[in-house]
Amino acid sequence: MPKVIVEVMPKEVLLDPAGKATARALQRFGDGEITDVRIGKRFEITIDGDVTPKLLEHIAEVAKDVLSNDVIEDVVSIRVAD
Amino acid sequence: MRVGVITFPGSLDDRDALRAIKLAGGEPVSLWHGDHDLHGVDAIVLPGGFSYGDYLRCGAIAAHSPIMSEVVDAANKGVPVLGICNGFQILVEAHLLAGGLIRNDHGAFIRRDQKLRVENVDTVWTSGYTQGQEITIPLKNGEGGFIADDETLKQLEGDGLVAFRYLEVNPNGSLNDIAGLRNARGNVVGLMPHPEHAVEPGFGPDTPAAMSSGTDGLAMFQSVLAATVLS
Amino acid sequence: MTEPIPDTVENAAATPEKDQPFHLLGLKPDEYQQIRDILGRRPTSGELAMYSVMWSEHCSYKSSKVHLRQFGHKVNAEMTKNLMVGIGENAGVVDIGEGWAVTFKIESHNHPSYIEPFQGAATGIGGIVRDIISMGARPVAVMDALRFGAIDHPDTTRVVNGVVSGISFYGNCLGLPNIGGETWFDPVYQANPLVNALAVGALRHEDLHLANAKGVGNIVVLFGARTGGDGIGGASILASDTFAEGGPTKRPAVQVGDPFAEKVLIECCLELFAGGCVEGIQDLGAAGISCATSELAANGDGGMHITLDNVLLRDPTLTAEEILMSESQERMMAIVRPDKLDAFLAVTTKWDVEASVLGEVTDSGRLIIEWKGQTIVDVDPRTVAIDGPVYTRPMEYPSWLDALQADSPAKFARATNGDELKKQFLAILGSPNEADTDWITNQYDYYVMGNTALHTPDGAGMIRIDEVSGLGVALATDANGRYCQLDPYVGAQLALVESYRNVASSGATPLAVSDCLNFGSPENPEVMWQFARAVEGLADGCLELGIPVTGGNVSFYNQTGDVPIHPTPVVAVLGSIDNVARRLPSGWQDEGENLYLLGITADELGGSAWAGAVHDHLGGIPPHVDFSAEKDLAGLLGAAAHEGIVTCAVDLGTGGFLRAVADGVLRFGVGARVWIDEIVARDGVDATAALFSETQARALVSVAREDDVKFRGLCDGRNVPVLRVGVTDKRSGELEVQEQFSIAIDELRSVHRGTLPAHFGPVVGG
Repeated sequence: MPKVIVEVMPKEVLLDPAGKATARALQRFGDGEITDVRIGKRFEITIDGDVTPKLLEHIAEVAKDVLSNDVIEDVVSIRVAD
Repeated sequence: MRVGVITFPGSLDDRDALRAIKLAGGEPVSLWHGDHDLHGVDAIVLPGGFSYGDYLRCGAIAAHSPIMSEVVDAANKGVPVLGICNGFQILVEAHLLAGGLIRNDHGAFIRRDQKLRVENVDTVWTSGYTQGQEITIPLKNGEGGFIADDETLKQLEGDGLVAFRYLEVNPNGSLNDIAGLRNARGNVVGLMPHPEHAVEPGFGPDTPAAMSSGTDGLAMFQSVLAATVLS
Repeated sequence: MTEPIPDTVENAAATPEKDQPFHLLGLKPDEYQQIRDILGRRPTSGELAMYSVMWSEHCSYKSSKVHLRQFGHKVNAEMTKNLMVGIGENAGVVDIGEGWAVTFKIESHNHPSYIEPFQGAATGIGGIVRDIISMGARPVAVMDALRFGAIDHPDTTRVVNGVVSGISFYGNCLGLPNIGGETWFDPVYQANPLVNALAVGALRHEDLHLANAKGVGNIVVLFGARTGGDGIGGASILASDTFAEGGPTKRPAVQVGDPFAEKVLIECCLELFAGGCVEGIQDLGAAGISCATSELAANGDGGMHITLDNVLLRDPTLTAEEILMSESQERMMAIVRPDKLDAFLAVTTKWDVEASVLGEVTDSGRLIIEWKGQTIVDVDPRTVAIDGPVYTRPMEYPSWLDALQADSPAKFARATNGDELKKQFLAILGSPNEADTDWITNQYDYYVMGNTALHTPDGAGMIRIDEVSGLGVALATDANGRYCQLDPYVGAQLALVESYRNVASSGATPLAVSDCLNFGSPENPEVMWQFARAVEGLADGCLELGIPVTGGNVSFYNQTGDVPIHPTPVVAVLGSIDNVARRLPSGWQDEGENLYLLGITADELGGSAWAGAVHDHLGGIPPHVDFSAEKDLAGLLGAAAHEGIVTCAVDLGTGGFLRAVADGVLRFGVGARVWIDEIVARDGVDATAALFSETQARALVSVAREDDVKFRGLCDGRNVPVLRVGVTDKRSGELEVQEQFSIAIDELRSVHRGTLPAHFGPVVGG
């Protein structure tokens, strides 16, 4: 059964304290190459049937309405898993 | 005066909210998230807790519960709606209030007796306080950090939509020390701290007067009862 | 893909010579032979899995049973008159009056908390709460007793962070106030942290449920979370074997908890109970389905038939053996009358809780489990759950004990002036075991449910049970591994009286005991001797105090290599109070009250906080125990609270008198002026002993001036020695020990509160 992958990230303009804390933690393990981390979510959606354009439109809608909070997050990618 | 408290799977402070309403002199009504029925209540409380385990985002799944369509309708018609902690998160997810709520900046859950300033008394939930009144309300959360983009923040401050602000200590990194918001109409209020835990002498925060004697939260429930009597 | 062929009973009978990896499952050769003897054939793989987990130390108590029997024997009718359910069930149940009963228990989750601290501690809370639900009660509070390694060891931070956030995560999400507990740091616990979780629940008498499967034809239902590969073999492998020193840690699948699932399960169960849908119920903890089925069957009509295929799986690749051993969390097993099944399923559906019918109760006297149409388990459940091996392990008086007891702290020179005493006091106050634990406890909710009358830092937690009458219960947990290392018999009694006294100091009347016995390997004869002495001490002590042990838990194998932890029996005492409005906090709030010291002070510094913090010393003998003095004191405190003639009571424990005074000051930030010359004169001790001795059966109370006469009259009438030792002072902003030294409250606070944040990070707003 095919899968659709949706990725959601916090909006660029907003603070991401969890990402900041993670960046600080990583900086302890390197030579200063890592400067920033931002943390988002990846959804793997299993589809029973074919992935049609209509379905992708529907997923785009639910990604915006449910999988993300569009006040503080952006849906950055929707694609069919290969 | 009938005030409904909605129980979602994972709601925790619904029983406390029901008690607070009773102590304030109202008739508490338990509502179930799965019903499309507000049972004709005069006001609604979305209580604290971990609805749906905070899965996806705090309050995100609860915001899509069947009863929320009735709640949004009612809010748009002017019915008083109070969101406490997880309830505030649900209101934000349902876009009845602005901004977003994320993990505390220090990364841990914090429970403390929090000093607040009442920033706006022109709402049905805060009319029982005086402008600028300093109150102490228990705070307990892990995802209480209020965020919004600069434009939204400017607008909230400019339009006087900040209802409560943290004093002395910002416990979670909330921008502009925002502890609670109101909507433009003044019928919807959300806040992270828990007024329902400061309503009964002997079980509230310590005060200089006596241990556990703090009842600064009671006025919030009394306000709405007074307001709905008049309307 | 070919499916594994199930090892059926038929096959087992036909292939007696098959080599079975019983030692990998934690069974000893003679235990394996015993199973063969019981069955009259070799066990099937499924049966072997069941016996191996159920006969593990953690589940069967095989090394401890012979000693634990004392808890059931050393009782009298007076002691057990309030006991509705005693040892043997999931948790003890105590009648507290007005038709209310409470159930409580303390349990360990030690080894998992070292492997995966967050989930280990979280699932520890989950497990003990399920024990409480399975008695028919609504859980109303939790507590935790924690022991970690040295505070400055790098690995300690890992464990502390994980354990505290795990308890916070699970307990807060369940909506249970965390009302107290204790935290110790000591190198002996470095690779063997102790996480003991306590839960208490309330129920009406008529709601009591027991874990038995009665009623032939009744249906067995498994409900809650789906079954996956969590913690397979955890019970038998982890808790029944020590970690090889420096070797790779055993890492079977750790249990992962979902508190939301458990919160929903609690509400679902309570609705099932209210609807009369449940005849018997058992929670699934260690040993999962193996345990639930065998215990329910063994305690009931003796037989059960199970179709294992009906178990709802999260992981479809699990074998039958794995399903039997899985420790997936948030699952319960109920016995349901056939005519109630629809009602049962209506409730689980409402709460979105999955349920599946596994089988029914029979009168065959056998537990029969089928898988893919074939019988893979056919056993007498009693042999699995009740009549497991019982060992009388060899015991040996420790070779080092006499020397340790002879090494008394009397050898240390005493302070000669106030400055020295002040320095020593601050060293004690800031030491890891005496330091303020706000860093930990401010991650816990104590407000939820709105019934918390007392909580940390008060010496006991207190919960209101009846919102109309104010009837409530108080709980305290205490343990002192240092005392027990010096003398396990006395040390166990000291934990008991400390906990008893803390409950009494809240104004409540002690009623019952639960214990969590944390020890090294039972295969070490010296550890076994310590265990036997501790159990004997505890049992004797309970008989003296007149309060019974209602249940508890044993955790053995807390050692790495050859070095066991200090014997650490944790004792929880539960008490009741007519009205929580009469509660006594652990500190004074008002100006000009008199401070009275109840009890006699002797020079007893063996194993004390003073010896540890000032001289880094553990040696000598611990303080003596005087049960009649403890009873007299407790009676006095209860009466004084009831009549409202004292305003606070601080129990004297580690750190002695001055620690108690500091507690009293810091509780509400109200200063005090105290004097020790009368203690010195009357009891014949020096300043160091007056300030730091850990003599038992003592408490510090504050009394409003107008109640002085009544109070002194009460003491005289009850034969409790009393000495006026100070006054409260709201304006001074300090703690003054007359003619010795004074300390500003700010300094007191910063020393007391600085220790944990210095190692683990700042406290928000602190």
